[in-house]
Amino acid sequence: MKLIVEMFSYPFLARAALSGTVVSVCAALLGVSLVLKRFSMIGDGLSHIGFGALAIATALNASPVALSIPAVVVSAFLLLRISQNSTVRGDAAIAMISTAALAAGVLAISLKSGINIDISSYLFGSILAMRLEDVVLSLALCAAVLILFVLFYNKLFAITFDETFCAATGIKTSGYNMVIAFLTAITIVLGMRMMGALLISSLIIFPALTAMRICRRFLTVTLCAGAVSAACFFIGLVLSYAYSLPTGASVVLVNLAAFLLFALAGRLKGAA
Amino acid sequence: MTLIEVKDASFSYEGTAAVKELNFSLLQGDYLCIVGQNGSGKSTLLKGLLRLKAPSSGSLSFSEELSMKQVGYMPQEAPNQKDFPASVYEVVLSGRLASLGLKPFYSAKDKQAAASNLELLGITQLANASYRTLSGGQRQRVLLARSLCAAKRLLLLDEPLSGLDAKAAAEFYELLKDINQNMGITIVMVSHDVQSALKYASHILHLENRQIYFGPSSEYQESFFRDMEAKANEADS
Repeated sequence: MKLIVEMFSYPFLARAALSGTVVSVCAALLGVSLVLKRFSMIGDGLSHIGFGALAIATALNASPVALSIPAVVVSAFLLLRISQNSTVRGDAAIAMISTAALAAGVLAISLKSGINIDISSYLFGSILAMRLEDVVLSLALCAAVLILFVLFYNKLFAITFDETFCAATGIKTSGYNMVIAFLTAITIVLGMRMMGALLISSLIIFPALTAMRICRRFLTVTLCAGAVSAACFFIGLVLSYAYSLPTGASVVLVNLAAFLLFALAGRLKGAA
Repeated sequence: MTLIEVKDASFSYEGTAAVKELNFSLLQGDYLCIVGQNGSGKSTLLKGLLRLKAPSSGSLSFSEELSMKQVGYMPQEAPNQKDFPASVYEVVLSGRLASLGLKPFYSAKDKQAAASNLELLGITQLANASYRTLSGGQRQRVLLARSLCAAKRLLLLDEPLSGLDAKAAAEFYELLKDINQNMGITIVMVSHDVQSALKYASHILHLENRQIYFGPSSEYQESFFRDMEAKANEADS
C-alpha cells in the first residue's frame, strides 16, 4: 500500500496509471468482439501500422497522435475489407502490410536521427511517453469509446454472433464493422506509446480470451474482460515500478498469468 | 396475396451464372422447399430472396407489404458460433434487432417476444445455458427461435436439418408445420431431404443451376419421374 502511495506521488506515474487503465478497458471491450469474429490479427496489424505512422511523424516533426490516428483509422478500414473478402489471402495480406509499415517506420527513424536511439521505446513502450495532453486526449477518446460501446452493445453482439442474419434483417453491418475498426484504431494509437507497438495487441486479445475461460454469457464475458484488463494493467504497472521492469512487458506477463489462472479455474469448474 | 414474384431471374458470381431461368412466385401461407444437389444454386437464390444479392438479369419483385423487417432468416451455422460465449436468451433476443431501430436497448415487448418464442420451441429451461454447451438439435431450436423473433410474415431457412439425427429432424419438421399452419408464417426452406420436403411442403422448387421444377409438391414426383424417364429413353435410343 505504501508502495502505491509512493508511486502516485510521481505525477507521470499517476498519469500513466490513469490513462493506461482506461485504454486497457477500451481495448478489452473491443477485443471481445474482434477475437470472436476471428479478427485478432487486425489488432496486431494495426499496431505495426501505428508504429510506422508514429515514426514517420517523429521524423517529420509532426504531432505524433495527429498523424497516426488518421493513418491507423484508414488502415483499419482497409484491413477489415481485406479480411472479409477472403480468409487465407487476407491473413497473408495483413502480415505483409504490417511488416512493411514496421520497416518504413524503422527507416524513417534512422534517416532522421542517424542513430536509432528511440526505436526501442517505440517498439516496447515507455511510460515516460505520456504527457499531460496525451492523458487528456486518452480520457476523452476512451470516454467516447465507452459511450459508443454501451449505445451499440446490442447491435455489436448481434453482429459479432451472426453477421449474415443481421444483414438479412436489414441492418447495415458494414457500418457497424467500421465503428468497431474505428474505435480499435483509436485505442491502439493511444495505448501504443505506453505499451509499445509490439505489445499493444496483447491488451486486445488477452482479456477476451481470459474472460472466456470462465464466463458463459456475452455480457459477463464483456464485463469480466474489462475488469481483468484494468486489474492486469494496474498490477503490471506496480510491479514494473517496484522492480524497475519495463511496463509494457510486465503488463503482458501479468495478463498471461491471469489467463493461465482463469484457464485452470475454468477446468476445475468444468470438472466439478 | 403474392409476397415475391420471380421472373426470368438469374444470379451470377463474377459473370458465371450460379442459377438461371427462375420463374416462380411465393404466396402468403406457402411452404416452399428448394431442393437440389450441392452447388445447384439453392443458397444463392436464398440470398436473392433475402435481398442480399441482386439478380444479374430478370427481376424479383417483392410485395409492398413485405418489408425486410418482417423477414426471419435461419442461416447455416457459422464456424465461429460453435464456441461462442453467449446465453441462449441473449441469442434469441438478438432476433429482435430489426425492431430496435435507433434505440440502444431492447424494450419490454422485445423481451416478451423472446420469452414466448423460447416457450414455443420448448427451450425456456435453457434460457440461461451457454450456447456452446448445447447439442446440435438444441442449437437449431435456438437459432429457429431467434429467426422467429424477426419473422412476422416470412421465414427463410438454409439447410436447418444438417447435423440432426432422424428424431430431432422429425421434431423440427413438426415445429415448422405448426409455425406455417397456426401462425400463418410463409416458409421457404433449402433442403437436401426430398422425402420430407414432399411430405411437409406445399410447393417444391427443384434447381440444377436452372429451374427444373416449380409447382405443388403433390405434382412434383410425377413430373420429376417423367423427366427422368425421358432422359433414360434418350440415353437408350
